[in-house]
Amino acid sequence: MAFLEGNALFRNLYCLLAGNSGNAQHCGRDGLLPAGWEWLAFALVGFAITFLLLSAFLLLTMFYTYLERRLLGRFQGRIGPNRAGPFGLLQPVADAIKLLTKESIVPQGADWLLYNLAPLMMVVVMFMVLAVIPFGKHTFIADLNVGVLFIIAVTSVNALAVFMAGIASGNRYALFGGMRAVAQLISYEVPMVLSIVGVLLLAGSLSLVEIVEAQVIPFFLLQPLGLFIFVVSASAEMNRPPFDQLEAESEIVAGYHTEYGGMKFGLFYLAEYAAVLTTSGVIATLFLDGWEGPLLPSHVWFLMKVFFLAFIFIWVRATLPRVRIDQTMAFAWKFLLPLGIINVFMTAAELLLFGHEEAGGQGIVLSTADLWLMSVVNFAVAVVGIGAFSRLVSLRTPALPVSAPKPSAAEVV
Amino acid sequence: MPMRSEPVTVNVGPQHPSTHGVFRLRITFDGEVILDAEPVFGYLHRGSEKLAEERTYTQVITLTDRLDYVASMTNNQAYVLACEKLAGVQPPERGMYLRVIAAELQRIASHLMATGFLLNDLGAFATPLMYCFRERERILDLFEMLCGARITLSYMRVGGVFQDAPEEFWPALRIFLGEMPHYIDEYERLLSENEILVTRTKGVSVLTVDQALNGSVTGPVLRATGFPWDLRKVDPYEVYGRVKFDVPLGRAGDNYDRFKIRIDEMRQSLRIVEQCVEQIEPGPVRADVPALVRPPVGDAYSRIEGPKGELGFYLVSDGSVAPYRFKIRSPSFINLTVLRDMLIGWKLADMIVTLGSIDINMGEVDR
Repeated sequence: MAFLEGNALFRNLYCLLAGNSGNAQHCGRDGLLPAGWEWLAFALVGFAITFLLLSAFLLLTMFYTYLERRLLGRFQGRIGPNRAGPFGLLQPVADAIKLLTKESIVPQGADWLLYNLAPLMMVVVMFMVLAVIPFGKHTFIADLNVGVLFIIAVTSVNALAVFMAGIASGNRYALFGGMRAVAQLISYEVPMVLSIVGVLLLAGSLSLVEIVEAQVIPFFLLQPLGLFIFVVSASAEMNRPPFDQLEAESEIVAGYHTEYGGMKFGLFYLAEYAAVLTTSGVIATLFLDGWEGPLLPSHVWFLMKVFFLAFIFIWVRATLPRVRIDQTMAFAWKFLLPLGIINVFMTAAELLLFGHEEAGGQGIVLSTADLWLMSVVNFAVAVVGIGAFSRLVSLRTPALPVSAPKPSAAEVV
Repeated sequence: MPMRSEPVTVNVGPQHPSTHGVFRLRITFDGEVILDAEPVFGYLHRGSEKLAEERTYTQVITLTDRLDYVASMTNNQAYVLACEKLAGVQPPERGMYLRVIAAELQRIASHLMATGFLLNDLGAFATPLMYCFRERERILDLFEMLCGARITLSYMRVGGVFQDAPEEFWPALRIFLGEMPHYIDEYERLLSENEILVTRTKGVSVLTVDQALNGSVTGPVLRATGFPWDLRKVDPYEVYGRVKFDVPLGRAGDNYDRFKIRIDEMRQSLRIVEQCVEQIEPGPVRADVPALVRPPVGDAYSRIEGPKGELGFYLVSDGSVAPYRFKIRSPSFINLTVLRDMLIGWKLADMIVTLGSIDINMGEVDR
């Protein structure tokens, strides 16, 4: 239970139920449950907290879908949804009711089990990430000491879910989407993980709570290149433009979820939008100092950071055209991967250069002045690196050799 | 060891978000690469050519509206020019100027649609499209002043136009002419130098001059290959001989050139409209032509430079009030014939963009 100790809500509720009878608890009172029933207290409290978090998160996701559609409307010179409820705020509710009341169809030729399992898998995976994200001071489900590894491991199941949906639908557009998913999602995992390594080196821990606490100055100042790579590869991971190959509407209709309707489609939709929020949450935790911030409560700061990042994702979606699939792949391997490697080695070298061993042998520490120096150096390297690589690596189609001189109109007339 | 793979045949369309209507392509893919493409059309066939044989010459104008329904003005113009050639009618000066103004505005509107939908095909989620529609609305407002309709206009008549432009049209047109260049600058700034757009379109689906000429391709698709062929210059009709304008040309004949040439042509169209507004003088707008035109026995072919290419109408008269034969040379249909050559070897994503860059309109392809 060590990973739950920092969770204030859990401790209080657990005390209420189990009291002093629980081992190693110091509640100073008797619990409601008799001794020997601590396992029930543990299960009940765990369920209650998970339920609370999921409900809050679902509500947040619903609001986010509304926000995205509304903002897209504004970006496009439209109004956006404004009919259901005040300012159209009930639009997601109306959408959910509509999707829930639709008939659940399994197309002929589809693999029944995989077809029905895929949307569930997608959603479950998305929610599992929530377990380790600290939403505020002492507000998380679990403070795993391998939190970052957990996130990376769990989100890569995503590719499997998309591939299952694509294969099981028995539709050729879905198959295209599934094939693209395997290629893209696995490729972008590599630069994404590399970009986190810099953060891990600086923080010296895989626990998300400890990473936030380690941020003397926010890591986006120390890891500008890492942040850039992470944001780009995360937007490819969660299938956002300009890398929305998996469901590229103008090319493969709806990609892997072409054959899905009703709430099964709704689950994909939910997972996709929830992914934006969880990813924003991870970025806020790793790079933007998580919940920390002056004056306002920690939860407010965290939400503000998450929605600021979500806004940027919406902005990008409203602005950029899609990259072709081979260019998407080339971008990951030729552009992001070398930059990620440069970032890792640069951070490691700086730690060797600036860092000094603490007396207690608790790892490497840096003085604040050194950190600011590092920030300046890293920003310079980021600008030069991105600039140099965008000149070195061209994704453009090579021009064909110049053909024969063109006839003039006069000759033809 | 090489991996074994099998080609997959996919029906792209007629129900597909990006086939610009009910167009169908049977494509054989090897992974994402196109091995073979076979266009199938006819899903929007309405028998316009046969219907015209049962209608009077004036009534046929409404049928031409529905060919390329985003460029009704130029359809009207091509048709009434054919009628005038057949009946030997000379429209008055002011009528011709009004026709040219309307036609050039229509060209801008059509190119705006083409640009917007091309960007939509590229995956820029509706934003450029909405920007383009914003300006197209202004042009439709101007059309509404001219003839009361916005899409199916039927503004032109045999021997001139339906009515003179109202008073409020001219100030509105001047405001539009003053503002539109800034909007075009905005497209240039936002689109032409966008790295993703350039990466996606430069050097992709190249059409050579020979291929284009062999396929009778006309319009921006031909000019993008670098071949200077614009009927307004080569075979001037109406008042095009009296206005100065350039014919923008591409160089490589790739998707980027086809996209860029439309933006350049919008600027030239604005130039033409400006000069027409300066040159137009008061006078009648319509020649004295009876409501039931009865051209003498004979035939006539007339062609104009439509927004999508050479739009021609061939009319045969047997001396009655209705055409004996009515044949449309629609640029969308003929430009589609080179699609297969442009697609093979490219990828699924390029296919949609290439189709968008040809700028077809199914109403015109299937008639």
